Amino acid sequence: MTVQPRSSASTIILTNIETVPGKTITQQLGLVQGSSVRAKHLGRDIAAGLKNIVGGELKGYTELLQEAREEATSRMVKDAQKRGANAIVNVRFATSSLTQGAAELFAYGTAVRVE
Amino acid sequence: MDGLIIFAVLLGIGYFFGARAEKQHLLFLQHREQAIKGLVLSTAGAKATVPNAHQAELFVGSVVISSDFFKTFVAGIMNLFGGRITVYESLLERGRREALLRMEETALAWGAERIVNIRIQTAELSGNSGKGVVALEVIAYGTGVR
Repeated sequence: MTVQPRSSASTIILTNIETVPGKTITQQLGLVQGSSVRAKHLGRDIAAGLKNIVGGELKGYTELLQEAREEATSRMVKDAQKRGANAIVNVRFATSSLTQGAAELFAYGTAVRVE
Repeated sequence: MDGLIIFAVLLGIGYFFGARAEKQHLLFLQHREQAIKGLVLSTAGAKATVPNAHQAELFVGSVVISSDFFKTFVAGIMNLFGGRITVYESLLERGRREALLRMEETALAWGAERIVNIRIQTAELSGNSGKGVVALEVIAYGTGVR
C-alpha cells in the first residue's frame, strides 16, 4: 500500500520518522487521525472458516483490512489537508478487533508543513 | 461415530495440506528474500536524522494468516501442558516474513535504498469468542528513503 489513490493534486508526504528527509519542518500543526471500522461479509466469513481447515493466508481478509487501512489513511490525510499541512510525520497504525466480525483500523500522526 | 470420522478426516486434511502449504511458503519466502538482498533495513531512524536522503515515503505490508485444523488441534493439546506452542511459532514467523516482504517489495518498486524505523505488529482478528477462525493480522511499516 503506497496510499496513492489520494486525489492527484495532493502531495502529502507520509513518514513514520520524526523528520521528512531532504526537507525541513517549518510548522507543527498537531495531531491528525483517521479511522475505519469494517466488517467482513458473511460469504467471506464462510470462506475463511473453510480456509481455516487447511490454513494459510486469508486473502479476503487481507484485502479487506488493506482497503480499510487505506481509507483510514486517506481520512487522516484529509484532516491534515484541512489544517494546511503538506506532510505527516510519525505515522502510527493500530488494529483492534471489536467483535468477531468487525475490526477497527486506525492511523494517526503529526501534521506538519515542510519546505 | 460419524463425528469422529469427520474429525479425523479434517485433521488429516489439515495436516496434509497445511504441512505442504507451509513448506511451499517457506521456500517461496526464501526465494523472495534472496531477491531483495540489497535493501538495507533498520528499526532505528525515528529520532536520528537520516543521512543521504532526499525523498521519503511510508510503506505498509500486511497479511492475514490462519492456522489449519491440525495446528489448532495440536495447539489446544499443547495448551494443557504449557510451554512453547511450536505450531503457532512457525505460523507467526511465516506471517511476519510475508508482511515484511510485501513492504520491502513495494518499497523496492518505488526505488528505495533503505527502509528506516520499521515497526511490526500483530493483531488478533477473531475476537474473544473462542470459537471459529483463528485469524491473525501481521502488519509491517516503515519509511523508505532514496
